[in-house]
Amino acid sequence: MDTQLDLWEVFIQNKAGSYVHAGSVHASDSQMALQNARDTYTRRQEGTSIWVIPAKYVVASNPEDAEMFFDPANDKIYRHPTFYVMPEGAKQI
Amino acid sequence: MNATAIDNLFQQKIDLDLNIEPKDQMPEKYRLHLIRQISQHAHSEVIGMQPEGNWITRAPSLRAKQILLAKIQDEGGHGLYLYSACETLGISREELIDQLHTGKAKYSNIFNYPALTWADIGAIGWLVDGAAIVNQVSLQRTSYGPYARGMVRICKEESFHQRQGYEIMANMMKGTEAQREMAQDAMNRWWWPSLMMFGPHDSDSPHSGDAFTWKIKRKSNDELRQKFIDKTVQQAEVIGLTIPDDELRWNEEKQGYDHGEINWEEFKRVINGNGPCNKQRMDHHKKYHAEGAWVREAAAAYAKENSK
Repeated sequence: MDTQLDLWEVFIQNKAGSYVHAGSVHASDSQMALQNARDTYTRRQEGTSIWVIPAKYVVASNPEDAEMFFDPANDKIYRHPTFYVMPEGAKQI
Repeated sequence: MNATAIDNLFQQKIDLDLNIEPKDQMPEKYRLHLIRQISQHAHSEVIGMQPEGNWITRAPSLRAKQILLAKIQDEGGHGLYLYSACETLGISREELIDQLHTGKAKYSNIFNYPALTWADIGAIGWLVDGAAIVNQVSLQRTSYGPYARGMVRICKEESFHQRQGYEIMANMMKGTEAQREMAQDAMNRWWWPSLMMFGPHDSDSPHSGDAFTWKIKRKSNDELRQKFIDKTVQQAEVIGLTIPDDELRWNEEKQGYDHGEINWEEFKRVINGNGPCNKQRMDHHKKYHAEGAWVREAAAAYAKENSK
């Protein structure tokens, strides 16, 4: 079986927004990965900047640990501005 | 977790309409079903470049040629989005292409028909992409996250494909007698194979049980086919094309069209390798895949040398 080159993950930024995962491409090096990402994921002005990262370097959280990992944030509603009671009549706060 | 516990947790997520993501545990049968479906979809996009590629050098104007090139490039792109989604299920691109070449994986039957005239390019965009859109819109809500996201992207782009095809047909219908005949002839040849794209009737569709339970499929073959017919008939009427089906009638009660019997013998014959272009399509893919091997090898060697 022949080689289809390495797998790279592609992240696209549109104007000043966050970089969003678009998909993956195959490439032999970073330059080819960028070129292929541009051709594959930005044919309609979807992006103004691209990140490509070798797929083998992406570290992901484990779905089975999701509760343990994320639940501690659930009972900390005082981290949100809506938690606080503002005095009647106060403006621009 | 044992297999039953995994299956239960998985089905709970599905029932809550949560997406399944690559690292989530999933039943092996779900994974294999998706690999089969997504790879067939990917291969269809790539093989579908061939009947249209046949017309690039003969496009009737520079405008038409630019559009056709962009459309074919999109099809290649769609194939790549789908291969990318499929690879998240733990299968490599090499294996996927190998399955296509050995016949283990299929591609859409429709691309085993030839594009004989310029009107066929119109019919392919309008009818074939039109049918594909109906299916793909429904798949935007499929349960596997990477597949669903790929579909959202593809649907955005497909709408240009369908409109450019319909524009070609509309222009030909405004042309000479010979052009109108050519358009109707393309309609006659592509209508029935387009209806076959949705697959067998629900009553004899072998894979749909699990696909519904797992929410891979959201609408049945017949529901999708009906949707396609109902919107296409009006479009044909507007430009003066006749649907080649004597039994086509508006059914007031179901608020949709009844249609004549689909020739499933032809469907089976083509799917089993005896369509007009099956051999040509596969030979072409194998030939160019093999001829491109040195490019991939050279790129890999260059990258290795540069990283020293």
